[in-house]
Amino acid sequence: MTAARAPRRSARATGGTPSADPWPAIMRAFPGDPSDLVPVLQRAQNALGYLSPDTVRRVARWLKLSESDVFGVATFYGQFRFTPPGRHRLRVCLGTACHVKGGVQMLETLERRLQVGAGETTPDGEYDVERVLCLGCCALAPVVTLDEAIYGQMSVLRLQEMLDGRTHA
Amino acid sequence: MGARTLERRRHRAAARWAAFTAGPRPLVYVGMGSCGLAAGAGEVLAGVQAHIAARRLDVETASVGCIGPCYLEPLLDVRLPGRPRLSYANMTAELAVATLDALLAGELPRRHLVGRFAADDGWDGGAVPADDDLPAAFAAVPRLADHAMLAHQVRIVLRNCGIIDPEEVDHYLARGGYRAFEACLGTPWRDVVDTVKLSGLRGRGGAGFPTWVKWLVCREAGSGPRNLICNADEGDPGAFMNRSLIEGDPHAVLEGMLIAAYAIGASHGYVYIRAEYPLAIRRLRSAIGAARKLGLLGECVLGSDFSFDVTLKEGAGAFVCGEETALIASIEGRRGMPRTRPPFPAVSGLWGRPTIINNVETLATLPAVMARGADWYAAHGTERSKGTKTFALVGKVRRGGLIEVPFGTTLRSVIYDIGGGPTKDFRAVQTGGPSGGCLSEEFLDTPIEYETLAAAGSIMGSGGLIVLDRDTCIVDTARYFLRFTQAESCGKCVPCRVGTGHLVGILDAICSGRAELADLERLERLARVIKASSLCGLGQTAPNPVLSALKYFRDEFVEHIVDRRCRAAVCRDLVIYRVVPGRCTGCERCVQVCPTGAITGPRAEAHNLDVDKCIKCRACYEVCRFDAIAGDAIVIESRGQRAD
Repeated sequence: MTAARAPRRSARATGGTPSADPWPAIMRAFPGDPSDLVPVLQRAQNALGYLSPDTVRRVARWLKLSESDVFGVATFYGQFRFTPPGRHRLRVCLGTACHVKGGVQMLETLERRLQVGAGETTPDGEYDVERVLCLGCCALAPVVTLDEAIYGQMSVLRLQEMLDGRTHA
Repeated sequence: MGARTLERRRHRAAARWAAFTAGPRPLVYVGMGSCGLAAGAGEVLAGVQAHIAARRLDVETASVGCIGPCYLEPLLDVRLPGRPRLSYANMTAELAVATLDALLAGELPRRHLVGRFAADDGWDGGAVPADDDLPAAFAAVPRLADHAMLAHQVRIVLRNCGIIDPEEVDHYLARGGYRAFEACLGTPWRDVVDTVKLSGLRGRGGAGFPTWVKWLVCREAGSGPRNLICNADEGDPGAFMNRSLIEGDPHAVLEGMLIAAYAIGASHGYVYIRAEYPLAIRRLRSAIGAARKLGLLGECVLGSDFSFDVTLKEGAGAFVCGEETALIASIEGRRGMPRTRPPFPAVSGLWGRPTIINNVETLATLPAVMARGADWYAAHGTERSKGTKTFALVGKVRRGGLIEVPFGTTLRSVIYDIGGGPTKDFRAVQTGGPSGGCLSEEFLDTPIEYETLAAAGSIMGSGGLIVLDRDTCIVDTARYFLRFTQAESCGKCVPCRVGTGHLVGILDAICSGRAELADLERLERLARVIKASSLCGLGQTAPNPVLSALKYFRDEFVEHIVDRRCRAAVCRDLVIYRVVPGRCTGCERCVQVCPTGAITGPRAEAHNLDVDKCIKCRACYEVCRFDAIAGDAIVIESRGQRAD
């Protein structure tokens, strides 16, 4: 099993509770034009972990858009989430290469073991389980990622071992 | 900064490149593309660096992009003074350290050695000693360029990938970088368009529209400001050509943008790139910074009256944004939904201005076309499709990775010569991702061209090439792509929003043995309606996977419906798990891993598998195949059961 680590980028590392108010920095970075909506939401989610109703209201007021406009755009794009993230993010790649090599079984194993569906967070807030369409490392299919670590050539057994190792740790 | 300053910088660049390729200190190169990192390149580099620090070795390290053979990752190259660069495959940190130590001690480890750079491969700019000047042991190492996966390729777009350090603009400059653009600056824009016209370059995003036609329309559309957009929203699942290219050679994309912007008279450029590609974004950002410092981006580029700058826009996860008008809506901060054309973006695009959207690969090809001439480029490929194309060769193939071949190469050559053939018996090859189709064996000798693939019912697409073997179910694969397009349909037009949902519903029924033969006609009719009546390319091509599968693999659909059998044993409602009594060693490993207690058995006797409790999770199958004491006794099979 191989794992590659890269620096964490989001608020997830701190459990989704940022210490400092990110808004001054965000409002300095953009001129406040409505066309900046997507990058503003990206920055906000990066800093806060998700887009709360309060965040949406704030962005709407700043960019002089209606809240429904902001929600409309945010819900259109797969990147945005509207519930607080879990402490760790498990992603199962279901790109074509991973699909033909058994990615679905990886997802089912996770769903069964953690008792959540794809796109949900475990009740204890420990894991998000997400499906992702192609991480672009198809030669390593099937691929599962845990936070920034990528696990290639996964199997049901190795996935179970990984989860066992983590719960016992 | 003017052209003269850039010329001075080129001298420094040449010296730094010489040090990189033939310097007096041993140098270790690690392929740090996303694929390499996923395979563990980060640990390899960290391990080597720690070893160098601990032993105070006089060795340098460098990161390079990906040279393509992903199945060999992580790759570690080592160059000793006066020796060619050697490539070692499938490294771990320990192996890398051992290999480095052995080389420094004067040995030549053979394990994991895949090849060497050579004086005549053109990769290291002639810095490599000629074969005659090498010790016999080194000369006997096969050239990496002769490696089965690389020998059949023609690397024009990928010329620098895996060779240079993508974070070093000096490496790009030393290999002739930005010279093509400088030459363009001194010529009328029309000459640039003419060269591209003569080269026969067509859009590499998939549709294959002649690049120069689009440019000319844009150039002649009014006199106001124009925009250039580089489409790096590579959304096809199973395709990573653009990511690898940006990660390995970001300046080639920027130089291509400069050339295109000069030709169409654009003052501002955007790179619309997937947020899922953090490394590519980082490399591009750093390249943009370096280009600005050199005066290649910004006001009055290189002291001329041409001004151009580039903004990065991260996509937010919507496949439909690969469509031109949807992409524009997304950059403008709206929902990424397409609109009817005309007006075409080349006439009225971003902010209502004439806008050209070119694919990453199209743009990265331009410097080579301008530098070496239209004739040279057009000599590659075929009459209708000129030049080369990159492909992500993945799926059930022995040697997977990123490749570049001239148009006209046959699918057979790509899959067998370059890819080493399918892992098991060949069943189909899928091209063009969710907009493409599955082609059967009879198409293996088809030369790859835009037209030939379209005539066969698939498309070129952006370059995903997925090999399917006999363990892959064609019906399930078609359903997979339809589920994808259904989920990614933006919902604006009814045929795509509602129609794809019904296609998935029928395919679900077929995969679970609930369908009737008349469903095949419904499927086909609905597919044709969606194709004919959808608003944008996403909907118009969404039925291709189904239509092509029905055309070439109809018997498998019939088999699912009539016999309730999936010959690849993939469709879960049509398979059962079974213990073969004669093979079972009674080791109880499967009993331990079964999550539902479906397998029982006294130890040392053949186990019993209760199909009613079995949830088909595969755990027992895996443990029985890979555990040393198990007997490979659990099989997944679809025996079929004729419908009444």
